Amino acid sequence: MTAASPVTETAQGTAILPGQGGWTGSLSDTFWRNPKLLLILMLTPPVLWLGIIYLGSLFALLAQSFFSIDEFSGMVQYELTLKTYGELFRPANLDIIIRTVSMAAIVTVAAACVAFPIAYFAARYARGKWKAVFYIGVMLPLWSSYLVKVYAWKLILAKEGILTWIFAKLHLTWLLEAWLAIPIIGGYSLSVSYTGTFLVFLYVWLPFMVLPVQAALERVPGSYIEASGDLGATPGQTFRHVIFPLALPGIVAGSIFTFSLTLGDYIIPQIVGSSRLFIGQAVYAQQGTAGNIPLAAAFTVVPIVIMGFYLWGAKRMGAFDAI
Amino acid sequence: MRSDGKHRAPFALKAAAGLGLAFMHLPIALIFVYAFTTEDKSYQWPPPGFTLKWLEVTWNRPDVWEALKLSLQVATISTVIAMVLGTLCAAAVSRTKFFGRETISLLVILPIALPGIITGIALRSAFSIAEIPFSFWTIILGHATFCVVVVYNNAVARFRRTSGSLVEASMDLGANSFQTFRHVILPNIGTALLAGGMLAFALSFDEVIVTTFTAGQQSTLPIWMLEELVRPRQRPVTNVVAMVVVLVTVLPILAAYYLTRDGDQVAGSGK
Repeated sequence: MTAASPVTETAQGTAILPGQGGWTGSLSDTFWRNPKLLLILMLTPPVLWLGIIYLGSLFALLAQSFFSIDEFSGMVQYELTLKTYGELFRPANLDIIIRTVSMAAIVTVAAACVAFPIAYFAARYARGKWKAVFYIGVMLPLWSSYLVKVYAWKLILAKEGILTWIFAKLHLTWLLEAWLAIPIIGGYSLSVSYTGTFLVFLYVWLPFMVLPVQAALERVPGSYIEASGDLGATPGQTFRHVIFPLALPGIVAGSIFTFSLTLGDYIIPQIVGSSRLFIGQAVYAQQGTAGNIPLAAAFTVVPIVIMGFYLWGAKRMGAFDAI
Repeated sequence: MRSDGKHRAPFALKAAAGLGLAFMHLPIALIFVYAFTTEDKSYQWPPPGFTLKWLEVTWNRPDVWEALKLSLQVATISTVIAMVLGTLCAAAVSRTKFFGRETISLLVILPIALPGIITGIALRSAFSIAEIPFSFWTIILGHATFCVVVVYNNAVARFRRTSGSLVEASMDLGANSFQTFRHVILPNIGTALLAGGMLAFALSFDEVIVTTFTAGQQSTLPIWMLEELVRPRQRPVTNVVAMVVVLVTVLPILAAYYLTRDGDQVAGSGK
């Protein structure tokens, strides 16, 4: 480096500025002449870190899904096979996959419905101070501790908790009991029912839906809505034919988060919910107590594949511009 | 609610937006009430009475202190690594166009886009293949990996708003790359880096899913809480810890907001 720089300095450097002294100067000159060198130096650490630690682990995991486990000895057999993927289609495992995907779908739809008014108000009506209030109001729950949020819901949904108390004060205890008596979604108390799991998922992922929807709505020009009204559309028609289609990419962008996060979560259904497993719990159980790493790896492929299709569809709808 | 006269929000919309915000905040507010309840066996509401006793009990618990200390150490080191890697990556991606640029952005975002359990189990199986024993540093490996994206997003947004002509002007005036970095680039991206670092800190401090796979016998504060959630043994102490965690994470988030609020890019949009 130092040997080469004097030559190039006399060749072109002196035409503009004298070469700079010291090793920092010559190093700096080298970077200026070879922008690629600087680029490579800047990219090497992050790419090495993420490439080796993250991608390396990911591929090692995926590779293991093509191994199988010997049913008698419980040892992993290092021969390539699709047997482990076949096991995913056993009724018990298929149930887990269907249960998780349905929960993710319901949570996503509900999150879109709850998030839309918040996002719409924040984008169209909130000004000045209120804009900041809405922004922080979404940001704080988004970033505050995941476990604390789940814990808060354990307090709320407990049999002796605040929700039961509210229902009793409103003389609606019969309604809560009727709801809990419904098979599948009910249970002994809200904290051990699917309803509880659903509420916690909805709560924890809601901010991820509000932000992209708000971003999409902020890009809808106010003149479109005025024009729609001027042309005789009722507010309902304006919503259906102008606002909603333009907000859709934002909703799809938000749904990527709510859907993906629900698919992979194993803590919420473990803490609030019935004892029936979700994909994340199945992965955790297979790699931990069962020691069946190949099946755990095959299970993790399920959300990856589902999200792959989901992202492909979302990209076609232009959702990535809204993130 | 202030609005500019001709655009007044319909009542139903106001109500739905207000209820939505309340839904997002009341559960967290509830934590603050439970931290002072005298009830220690159940989650009874309304609390039978209020006491400061549990603050003192929690203060004298060595396991809580150790978990807190470990969490703070992990978050600090992970944040430093993530800031270095994230800034380098952001500088490379925003300064030049090169082959594979999109791939690099994808690579940075992937650890947070895929569910945490995948990152966790992938790292765990890699550690067992490479026969790396679980330690303080295996936790850091995991945390730094997914913290890079937060710093990266903040830095990229700021680089995009920092005009390239500033750098050229500095070079034309005779500054070398290092002087330009020190006196021109750093002051411009400083607050964005600080904000990214704070969010990375909050993210790492709070992380539980990846940590359960990469920590051996050690427990960070979130792991401690998770154990209490699965098998509640000391509810009042958990209540107090939950309150402290809220306070510790809220402050960096608010600080990050004030550091980047004039920006067109949202500080936390990367999570």
